[in-house]
Amino acid sequence: MAAMVRLHRQTDQIVEESYQRKNEAENQRDKEFVAALKVQAWFRGSRTRSYITHLNSSANIIQKRWRGYLGRRHFRVLVKNSVLIMKLNHYNEKATKIQKMWRGYYIRKYVFNYHSRKRYLEALQIKNEIVRSELEEYAEQQEQIAYRKREAQEAKKREYQARKYHFLISTEVIPGIFNSPFLPYPSEKEYILRSVKPLVHKKKKPEKDPYDPVCRSYDLPKPMQLPPLPEKPQGPFRDPSDVQKQRYKPFQQTLRVSTSYTALEEARQAMKAEEWVTRLNDNTFVPFSKKDQRYEPMLHTTSQYGHLPFGTHFYREEFLDKHIVPQVMSMAQVFHFEVEILIPDGIHLKVHFSNITICIQIIFYFR
Amino acid sequence: MSQRQVLQVFEQYQKARTQFVQTVAELASRPQNIETLQNAGVMSLLRPLLLDIVPTIQQTAALALGRLANYNDDLAEAVVKGDILPQLVYSLAEQNRFYKKAAAFVLRAVAKHSPQLAQSVVDCGALDALVICLEEFDPGVKEAAAWALGYIARHNAELAQAVVDAGAVPLLVLCIQEPELSLKRIAASALSDICKHSPELAQTVVDAGAIAHLAQMILNPDAKLKRQVFSALSQISKHSVDLAEMVVEAEIFPAVLTCLKDPDEYVKKNVATLIREIAKHTPELAQLIVNAGGVAAVVDYIGDSKGNVRLPGIMMLGYVAAHSENLAMAVIVSKGVVQLAIALSEEPEDHLQAAVAWALGQIGRHTPEHSKAVAVANVLPKLLNCYLRADATEDLQTKSKRSLKNNLQKCVHLPALEPLLHDAPPNILKHVVGQFSKVLPHDSKARRFFVTSGGLKKIQEIKAEPGSALAEYVNTINNCYPEEIVKYYSPGYSDALLERVENFAPKS
Repeated sequence: MAAMVRLHRQTDQIVEESYQRKNEAENQRDKEFVAALKVQAWFRGSRTRSYITHLNSSANIIQKRWRGYLGRRHFRVLVKNSVLIMKLNHYNEKATKIQKMWRGYYIRKYVFNYHSRKRYLEALQIKNEIVRSELEEYAEQQEQIAYRKREAQEAKKREYQARKYHFLISTEVIPGIFNSPFLPYPSEKEYILRSVKPLVHKKKKPEKDPYDPVCRSYDLPKPMQLPPLPEKPQGPFRDPSDVQKQRYKPFQQTLRVSTSYTALEEARQAMKAEEWVTRLNDNTFVPFSKKDQRYEPMLHTTSQYGHLPFGTHFYREEFLDKHIVPQVMSMAQVFHFEVEILIPDGIHLKVHFSNITICIQIIFYFR
Repeated sequence: MSQRQVLQVFEQYQKARTQFVQTVAELASRPQNIETLQNAGVMSLLRPLLLDIVPTIQQTAALALGRLANYNDDLAEAVVKGDILPQLVYSLAEQNRFYKKAAAFVLRAVAKHSPQLAQSVVDCGALDALVICLEEFDPGVKEAAAWALGYIARHNAELAQAVVDAGAVPLLVLCIQEPELSLKRIAASALSDICKHSPELAQTVVDAGAIAHLAQMILNPDAKLKRQVFSALSQISKHSVDLAEMVVEAEIFPAVLTCLKDPDEYVKKNVATLIREIAKHTPELAQLIVNAGGVAAVVDYIGDSKGNVRLPGIMMLGYVAAHSENLAMAVIVSKGVVQLAIALSEEPEDHLQAAVAWALGQIGRHTPEHSKAVAVANVLPKLLNCYLRADATEDLQTKSKRSLKNNLQKCVHLPALEPLLHDAPPNILKHVVGQFSKVLPHDSKARRFFVTSGGLKKIQEIKAEPGSALAEYVNTINNCYPEEIVKYYSPGYSDALLERVENFAPKS
């Protein structure tokens, strides 16, 4: 109970204290709240940060591992490649060396043999010299031939001149112009003149065919003289009676005497007359008055589709009512008409009418 | 009036006709008269005389017509337009040999001028008639017909084909074998005219067995015949390797070379052409010619002749040298380069110089050895001169430039290159300096000589664009020498020295 009393005694004090505490709490509440907030914020922040750091470090680890893996993989390939290239280069180098040696050997042995080339070129030089000397010789030979030819021509010319001027030779009495009496010996020309004969002038023959530019070079060969006949054979002779008969045969006129004296002329005349009559002229006759008049074919006898047998098949108009005015009859139609009239007399008639006169004669005959 | 008086008129007329036609024929043989004759209307007067009853008048009229047509193509055209050809062709088959000759002459004279006129001759059926004339017994007629056929065939391949189709080739080959020289000559020329157009035509002629007969006549003394024979052989062999080999197989080789010494210029020229046409095909054929001593003969021939006659020989050397280095060496050994150098300096004409330049380029392009031979002959400055000359043709310029380039790219003979440093234009200088830059780093003697001869100084004076090949070469050369020397020789060095003197402050 004492406690109770104590409490009761202390009640005011306790209420006071509780009020005090409450006030104090009320006063401190904001402060505490802010402080708690701060603490919470800090805590949350550091928690999140630590989480992010954790995540980052994990990611780093993953990345590190992955990159390391990739890098190692790449490096392995790189090493493989570079080793391959190294090997390749090495072998290429070796191959080049082998090829070089082989090519050098092969070319020296078979393609370009320096010594054989040298020998070839030397041989070629010798050959060239031979060819040159041969050609030189040939040219010289040609030259000499030409020279000789020229010489001969000149000698001929000189001789001709000497023959031409042979009259300048000196005679026994009169010295020629090349044989001057004041000189100890005659000049060279004199000797030449003495050695040749004078030129004989040929008589100029009149040319048969004075001008024929084409024929001149191709004459037919001249007929040669025939060889002499062999001697006459002796016997066997003819039968004597035969000879007798021939000797005493009656007089026979020659053909010349037996035929008419002017037979030839007559025959010629006859031939001429015949020729005159049958003379043909191929040229189409062109009248000179109207030179450029062209031939115009008849309208009746031609058509676009060929020849119309007008006048041979069709004697009369087929379509009579074609024209209003009666047409002038053609000659053939007239003949036909008349013949048709005459035939009923009972006489069979087959005449080709081609001429008016014939037609008229026939008409008279039947009358 | 008596009959005699009447007939006398006829006789007088005939005489007058004869005289007229003869005089016209004679007048027509001189070119100065032809204008007057044509103005006087001779063509229309001669045409009826071709139909005259007297054969002599016909022949002479044909002769006169032929001479007129021979003069120029206008008159030939007048003959064609006057419808004279069909009549001539008709009478070629009908008349006697004199008339045939004259008619063939007219056809020849007409066909000679132009392909159109020749075509008109072919169109009126002349070929068959002419081929029939080739079968004639008389050599004169054959000659005239062969001549006309040759003139028709020479214009173009079509006409030549027409001649071949008419069957002329075997008969022409027969004509070659005739004893008459003039006939042989003309038949050979006709064959040459036929062959020249295409390989097929040449093959036809070869198939007719022409080569053997032509080859037989190589040693004939007659120069004119030889001209035609060699021309025909070269026309055959120019087309293909096979044809050239067939010509070579006729064993023409050592014999042909003697003809290079012939007194006649055309023979020489045609022989050289033949050798050229054969040599150009393959290295083997060229080798064959070289082995036969052909190069020496051709070199001598180039030395002996002048002007255009040289041209085929020069080209032959070029072709031979172009095939392989061995053959080019053979040309050099046969003293071809020296002879070409002489020709280059002697010949004033551009096309010959161009040919020589080309041949030298072919010789020098193989190895340094070859180009040294060319350079030693002192040809490079002449080539440069050809290239730089103001009046040089374009062809000569390109040829000499290529030739210089070919030679320079191989040349390591520095003394010959020195003079080019001084007067070459930049596009040539590039190659010259390039050669120096290749040689100098490896040759101390040459380096020394290069300085003393003033080459280095010249190099320093070159204004090369930085980055170009020329600048690179110059740089390479400069790197071969100590810096002072390079500086010493560079232009403006004295100024730099003087500047240094000015800037120098004396001590004390």
